Amino acid sequence: MAAGSGGLKDATALVGIGQTPFAKRLPEDERTLACRAVLAALDDAGITPGEVDALASYTMEETDEVELAKACGFGDLTFFSKVGFGGGGSCATVAHLAAAITAGQASVGVAWRSRKRGSGPRPWTDTTVQLPTPAQWTRPYGLLRPADEIAMLTRRYLHEYGATRDHLFNVALACRNRANQNPAAIMYDRPLTREMYMASRWISEPLCLFDNCLETDGALACVVVSAERARDCRRTPVYVHSVAQSLPAQHHGMVNYWNDDPLTGPAWSAARHLWKHSDLAPEDVDVAQIYDAFTPLVLLSLEGYGFCGRGEGGAFTEGGALETGGLLPVNTGGGGLSEAYVHGFNLINEGVRQLRGTSTAQVPGASACLVTAGEGVPTSALLLRS
Amino acid sequence: MLRPVPDTDGAPFWEYAAQGELRVQACAACGELRFPPRPCCPHCQSFESAWRPMSGRGRVWSYVVAHPPLLPDYAARAPYDVVVVELAEAPRIRLVGNLVGGAGEPLGSLPPESVRIGARVQAVFHDGLVQWVPERP
Ligand SMILES: [Zn+2]
Repeated sequence: MAAGSGGLKDATALVGIGQTPFAKRLPEDERTLACRAVLAALDDAGITPGEVDALASYTMEETDEVELAKACGFGDLTFFSKVGFGGGGSCATVAHLAAAITAGQASVGVAWRSRKRGSGPRPWTDTTVQLPTPAQWTRPYGLLRPADEIAMLTRRYLHEYGATRDHLFNVALACRNRANQNPAAIMYDRPLTREMYMASRWISEPLCLFDNCLETDGALACVVVSAERARDCRRTPVYVHSVAQSLPAQHHGMVNYWNDDPLTGPAWSAARHLWKHSDLAPEDVDVAQIYDAFTPLVLLSLEGYGFCGRGEGGAFTEGGALETGGLLPVNTGGGGLSEAYVHGFNLINEGVRQLRGTSTAQVPGASACLVTAGEGVPTSALLLRS
Repeated sequence: MLRPVPDTDGAPFWEYAAQGELRVQACAACGELRFPPRPCCPHCQSFESAWRPMSGRGRVWSYVVAHPPLLPDYAARAPYDVVVVELAEAPRIRLVGNLVGGAGEPLGSLPPESVRIGARVQAVFHDGLVQWVPERP
């Protein structure tokens, strides 16, 4: 294997996934939910907690490594990592564990996310805690919420490329349709129609209620080991084929209006790295789990990761392309829009299910799945294969 | 309403705005403008900077119309527009603000449907904040 290229390729595998129920309100606290998800993932893998020696999480996580290790009975930890930028860090947790295991720093890694945003506080409601540096340039003017910040990019995107709200609806609908097939999803029994979408209330024009993810209580976890070890685990391994992190030059966080080209976000540079270290190309991807805190992020990501050309993300969604049987089925568990918004971690677990062949919206014979973290913020991505 | 919480790099911007001036940080060595302000120049790495006056003319690059749930002071003004304005002399310098009916008028004073991408606007100042009004022909 050539130095510096492909060192991580298929060297590790996801061998266990676990999660708690998702709900608007769960009685247990975040730490308890985290323990439940982690122990479920280890049980799924058939690995005892005492073997865990690596942890990876991402910021805005309330449960710290010490508490988790103590409660769950892990062994001596030799690697732990916390990735910045909230929802941009979900896939990076697996990337960090894969790197640590490949480098010999650890052998059994766990990544997790526990969150109570369905019943707990939202950071943008707190007037005393300012979000990072851009806040002084935005919040006094009433650009208060992530939805406002992404809506600003969306308006420009629609203007520049002639995309429409129907394209955003296509994203919301695909996620909802898949959630309608997934008993674990919050929107399991709640179909969405175009009429409902178009008549829904505005949050930040041009984004309406259904362009926004579900604030959710819940926790998830996954287990990463070497490909060699994976052969002895309980489940069919899902290989970590390629990974990427990206904080592009002159990037400014979610308020990305100060780049030369604000419509080409971190997805573009993450994709360059991801494909460069992969044997696969976008056309080889059978199914994708694309971070969808807001519908337009999916259009921007389709472009960034190379499924279509620049400005073609809207048109790509036409004709049921994102639905089961379409060109690129996306967010087959329902995504952040309709399964649960747990900072994108559900997308990782759903990617694993697709490649195990156990999704509630299974893509027949799926052998390659792209999973992405938050677009607009410094991001990360995984290319998984069976 | 929220007041800007300046960092050391951003403080001069707000001091000039309080005096009714729109100034943007520029590199004192190579002359490149940069926004948001920062300690050194990403082009030449010089730590010397100057604050260059702008004409205050610009165009709407994008905008949103915010609806509740919002912080109470803002909810009381909703729906209101928030714009991103690109400066006439430096289109890649883009400032977030509000398009209002006239200098000193509050957020939400202009009907949101009158905002358009590409509309020419002019900076005015009120209470230490930059506001934007439609440019008079
Ligand atoms: Zn310079």
